[in-house]
Amino acid sequence: MRQARFTRNIWLGIENLLLHKLRSFLTMLGVVFGVGSVVAMLSVGEGASKHALEQIRKLGSNNIIVASMKSAEEEQASTQHSHMSIYGLTYEDHRRLSESFKDIRATAPAKLLRKDSRLGERTMELRVVGATPAWFDLVPRDIVAGRALLPADQEKRSPVAVLTEFGARKLLATESTIGQTLRIGGNQFEIVGIIQSESGQAGNIQIPDQDIDVYIPLDVAQRYFGDFFAKRTAGSEEREKVELHQIIVQVDDPRNAESVGAGIETMLALFHKKRDYVVSVPLALLKQAEATKRTFNIVLGSIAGISLLVGGIGIMNIMLASVTERTREIGIRRAIGAKRMQIVFQFLIETVVLSTTGGLIGLGIGVLIPALIRYFSGMPTVLTMNGILLPLFVSVGIGIVFGLYPAMNAARVDPIIALRHE
Amino acid sequence: MSTATSPKQGHEIVRLENAWKVYQMGTEDVKALRGVNITFGKGDFWAIMGPSGSGKSTMMNVLGCLDRLTSGAYYLDGQDVSQLDDDALSELRLKYLGFIFQSFNLIPQLTVQRNIELPLYYLGWDAVRSAQRAQELAEQVGLGDRLSHRPTELSGGQMQRVAIARALTNDPQVIFADEPTGNLDSATGVQIMEVLTRLNQQGKTIVMVTHEPDIAAYANRRLHMIDGNIDRIEEGAYVTAPGPVTARVSPQDVSRRAGTFARPDEDVTRAARDA
Ligand SMILES: Nc1ncnc2c1ncn2[C@@H]1O[C@H](COP(=O)(O)OP(=O)(O)O)[C@@H](O)[C@H]1O
Ligand SMILES: [Mg+2]
Repeated sequence: MRQARFTRNIWLGIENLLLHKLRSFLTMLGVVFGVGSVVAMLSVGEGASKHALEQIRKLGSNNIIVASMKSAEEEQASTQHSHMSIYGLTYEDHRRLSESFKDIRATAPAKLLRKDSRLGERTMELRVVGATPAWFDLVPRDIVAGRALLPADQEKRSPVAVLTEFGARKLLATESTIGQTLRIGGNQFEIVGIIQSESGQAGNIQIPDQDIDVYIPLDVAQRYFGDFFAKRTAGSEEREKVELHQIIVQVDDPRNAESVGAGIETMLALFHKKRDYVVSVPLALLKQAEATKRTFNIVLGSIAGISLLVGGIGIMNIMLASVTERTREIGIRRAIGAKRMQIVFQFLIETVVLSTTGGLIGLGIGVLIPALIRYFSGMPTVLTMNGILLPLFVSVGIGIVFGLYPAMNAARVDPIIALRHE
Repeated sequence: MSTATSPKQGHEIVRLENAWKVYQMGTEDVKALRGVNITFGKGDFWAIMGPSGSGKSTMMNVLGCLDRLTSGAYYLDGQDVSQLDDDALSELRLKYLGFIFQSFNLIPQLTVQRNIELPLYYLGWDAVRSAQRAQELAEQVGLGDRLSHRPTELSGGQMQRVAIARALTNDPQVIFADEPTGNLDSATGVQIMEVLTRLNQQGKTIVMVTHEPDIAAYANRRLHMIDGNIDRIEEGAYVTAPGPVTARVSPQDVSRRAGTFARPDEDVTRAARDA
């Protein structure tokens, strides 16, 4: 019975709003856009940050990545003719590093090379990584076929190659390719396996195996290709000497990642004259990303708050005008016997119906926009339950908060004055 | 100070005792009612007359529980209602009183049916029963085929009849009508008066403000006001009033206990019997 009465009240509210369709629609536009933009922004923001966090997590929360980097001075000097740049991590750095920290469980040094390669009739430049078997423990990926590099390959300096899925696709290699010969920079390698690869970018640092085509044992890479590289760019030749391009360090406990990262920085600073390396701690990045996300949420929340406030004020404004316009109607209802609270309730229901309808339409728009973004740009978007329910509750709340003042105004109408002949 | 009672009927429905209404206009006091004493009996049909500004509407608002006295007492069916709060007065209006206004005061956006149903909505009737009641009342005032019309599509006389139907939905004890024919031509005014006379014959107490003597002639008692007080009272049947005056009050009315109101539901059946 109470329930039926409540639905009837809502129904009459809707009926009343339908008497002024255009006005009701315009009144709720503020809430429509407020809620719409909040839902859309939350969804896009949530998608972006979730993506970033996932990528960072892929780096491993107890990994530290130390990479060679041409220092700024070197970059300047290398524009001159026949200059030889010597920079980056050395074998000595790797030895010191793996011996100096008790919290380090394993290290994986690597050389990154670009070499013209040939498989069967296909020839192309491949990105080759000289790595130790430890790599595959630190950057674990599923084996698609065959095997990864083994300690025996390193000891025997076997000329074997493990393709990534990415490289395999380039070379049109399949499982049956295993055992065949891959020529890398004029040297013969036996393909022993294919492993999965990850793509993508984690903020401003690369995933270790991003864009890699093939792995060979580190010692083999050093013996065959040495530490000197020649890069031809726009007619001029650039020569570099880099011993190791990257060292992945795994600590025993993620809690030590940041302190070990700092220790590595200090140690490298001691032995390097220039800053030709960069130490990145994924865990620190993760924390940073989470902090960024929090900031983003606060900013979003403020924007949402402001836009919903504006929407609410819009509703209040129109409802106040509506109360003035309907003074006579209110007077009639009061004269007939409506109590003040019933008048408050009537107007409150109208505003809540307005703001909630606005909220629902806004929600529709807010769900549609991220879907379109996802469809056209492939950007990930995430709709969370909170992202839907919160704006809805807020729009009901807006109706109540901003409807209360006009509704109380309505209840204050004196029937005698309202009904005096015009 | 003038005093008036209605000796013919035993039961009073409305009594004012030394009723004062003073409006504060800046520093000046406007005394709209100056110690009025009056008693209306159940089943009476009163016309309140007097020059503009003599306090007729003020008295109607007080009697209709829309306004409160500055001092004095107001007994409605034996109960002193002068100290009641806004909610209690609203409840009295809702359950026991009916209003008819000069300017009809229908809600223009609502259909005739919705307008008639309005009090039932606040009485908590469900939609089906309300619709039935609206239909019944519309037929009673001769507008059974106009339920889905809007007030703007009706003539003045029709609008006033809708207002009468609305005033009857709660089967009121008293109907208050402030210049009900003031906005109507005389022919239409007569039709409205015929409706009111019939209601009075069915036992309804009616209090009506008018300054047209031939409209006042339908009432069986006339109260003349001047300067916020009673000037004189005229009694007696009327040339134009149809039917014997003495037949107006049904025995049920007389036997009903003073000081209590019947619930509207009971009244519906009673009205049906009377009709
Ligand atoms: N709300 C009010 N405020 C101040 N004065 C009022 C108010 N209502 C009525 N009055 C004054 O009270 C007196 C009686 O008014 P009213 O009852 O409307 O007279 P009538 O209906 O007989 O023409 C008039 O002088 C009028 O100006
Ligand atoms: Mg008046």
